[in-house]
Amino acid sequence: MTGLHILSAGPGVTIQDGGRHGYLRYGVTVAGPMDPLAHALANRALGNAPGATAIEVSLGGISVSAEDGPLAIAVAGGGFHVSLDGQALPAACVIRLEPGASLKLRPGPAGVWCYLAVAGGIDLPPVLGSAATHLRTGMGGLSGRMLQAADRLPVGAAAGGVLAAAEIATGEIVAPLLDRPPAVIRVLLGPQQDYFTDDQIAAFLAGPWRVSERGDRMACFLEGPRLHHRLGFNIPSDGVAMGAIQVPGEGQPIILMADRQSTGGYPKIATVIGVDLGRLAQARPGTVFSFQAVSHAEAVEALAAERAFLEAPIPIAPLVRDRFSPEFLLGLNLVDGWVDAQHPR
Amino acid sequence: MNQPVCAGPVFLDAGESALVVEFGRSVDPAISDRVLALDAALAADPPDGLRELVPTYRSLMIHYDPLRLDRARLVALVEARLTTTPTPCRQSALWTLPCCYDLPHGEDLAEMAGLMGLSAAQAAAIHAGARYRVYMYGFSPGFTYLGGLPETIAISRRARPRPPHDSKAVLVGGGLSAIASFSMPTGWYVVGRTPERLYAPERTNAFLFEPGDGLRFEAIDAETFARLEARAEGGEIVARRTAS
Repeated sequence: MTGLHILSAGPGVTIQDGGRHGYLRYGVTVAGPMDPLAHALANRALGNAPGATAIEVSLGGISVSAEDGPLAIAVAGGGFHVSLDGQALPAACVIRLEPGASLKLRPGPAGVWCYLAVAGGIDLPPVLGSAATHLRTGMGGLSGRMLQAADRLPVGAAAGGVLAAAEIATGEIVAPLLDRPPAVIRVLLGPQQDYFTDDQIAAFLAGPWRVSERGDRMACFLEGPRLHHRLGFNIPSDGVAMGAIQVPGEGQPIILMADRQSTGGYPKIATVIGVDLGRLAQARPGTVFSFQAVSHAEAVEALAAERAFLEAPIPIAPLVRDRFSPEFLLGLNLVDGWVDAQHPR
Repeated sequence: MNQPVCAGPVFLDAGESALVVEFGRSVDPAISDRVLALDAALAADPPDGLRELVPTYRSLMIHYDPLRLDRARLVALVEARLTTTPTPCRQSALWTLPCCYDLPHGEDLAEMAGLMGLSAAQAAAIHAGARYRVYMYGFSPGFTYLGGLPETIAISRRARPRPPHDSKAVLVGGGLSAIASFSMPTGWYVVGRTPERLYAPERTNAFLFEPGDGLRFEAIDAETFARLEARAEGGEIVARRTAS
């Protein structure tokens, strides 16, 4: 059966789909991608559903090969160094991976997370309806753990609407939406902004905030001005959305991300808007930024634009020929349709 | 004329894709009833674009797709459900959950009892004699928050968390009781352990309780615990359910 062979994987590389939905009421974490846009984009570039099961690559990097047949693969996310048998490729691309070739992703100039999707999706049994890995509870993915060398991942049969590897357009994914340095992260104030005075909300927005080294898939810790509560810092635990910015007693905000707990007992001063979750997740430790409060309507408008981009065909540009040797491009199968004059087909 | 069932709740945004309907600020069975009534009403007839409902002590978080379900329409819909005759809550169940208070399971029972001026046997009898309400889940899959802990053993949480306890620990702390499905460090006191699995993903009912259910503990000895635990690990449900 065609599959993906993991040659090496650094710490923090996991299987993620669109997340485990429907069980938050029982305390089950959604998990899912840290950068939902990049995850969906890699899948959509292959004709997969946006929430298909793919690999989330951390700064630990990964290298993979195809087994028992070629695979169509898309990579999208942070500005990682992507290479095929040592030859550099664009940071966001679709390629055909032939058996024997190795595809390598390692940290590049920017970003924290990169997604490696396979046409047909990775085929792992769902737990509570999802293959998303949640490491703290050992749920989903491959035995609920990080990927490691010698793992083998079965790839889904060409199910409904998925194109065969040979028919997928290869080249660079043209996605200006992925270029989004996080100088300003947009938020909706609340749900507990009334636990803070106006001057504390102004201090929260202005920052400047520095992304701490402490972060992981559960939370992004911020360092900056100390915030003070007007009404104390213990509330009866209530629901927590991804991007919720809670302010514990010590006054340094914590942004709850994909692996967050389902409920929380600290006041949440604001929530990062949906389209800026991935931008925030891609900010490396040490990144400095401020917040900007927007209205609900503005957040929905931004979401609509992102959704429209993902629903339209994803633009794929052929790789520029002067950057790659003919042998390399032939190996990528980018030149289908060319006819050899000596041996016409 | 339909009368409002309660004073209007507060609508709070948790980002553009989640709406918090807050009925109060305290932990109170009457507030919880309102949360669960709205939860049941929306679950019975979910509008297009509604993704997920998360009831907690005093509010309901509604996850929705704002491109399919307009916020103003969602608020109007919630208000309409609150002003019409209240949907009867799902028939709440009453659960009897076996719990072993003896060592090695109730490892903090004697410590907690001592701090409350009781013997371990007295504290266990008080804990097993009370009737609890499942308020909510949170923290980790199947972690159940229970209201109804008698005042005499309503100890506050530890100043510093203790090392990880076993899964299926029965806890007290912060004036509440709780049942933990996963092993973890905790600021609560471990007073006993249940052989039941509160999180069993391969079982048709991965989770047994619904918020609003009643629950009481049945004290069992360590031998019975071992027997029931083996049955529970084999996929059997060892908690007993009766209508309330």
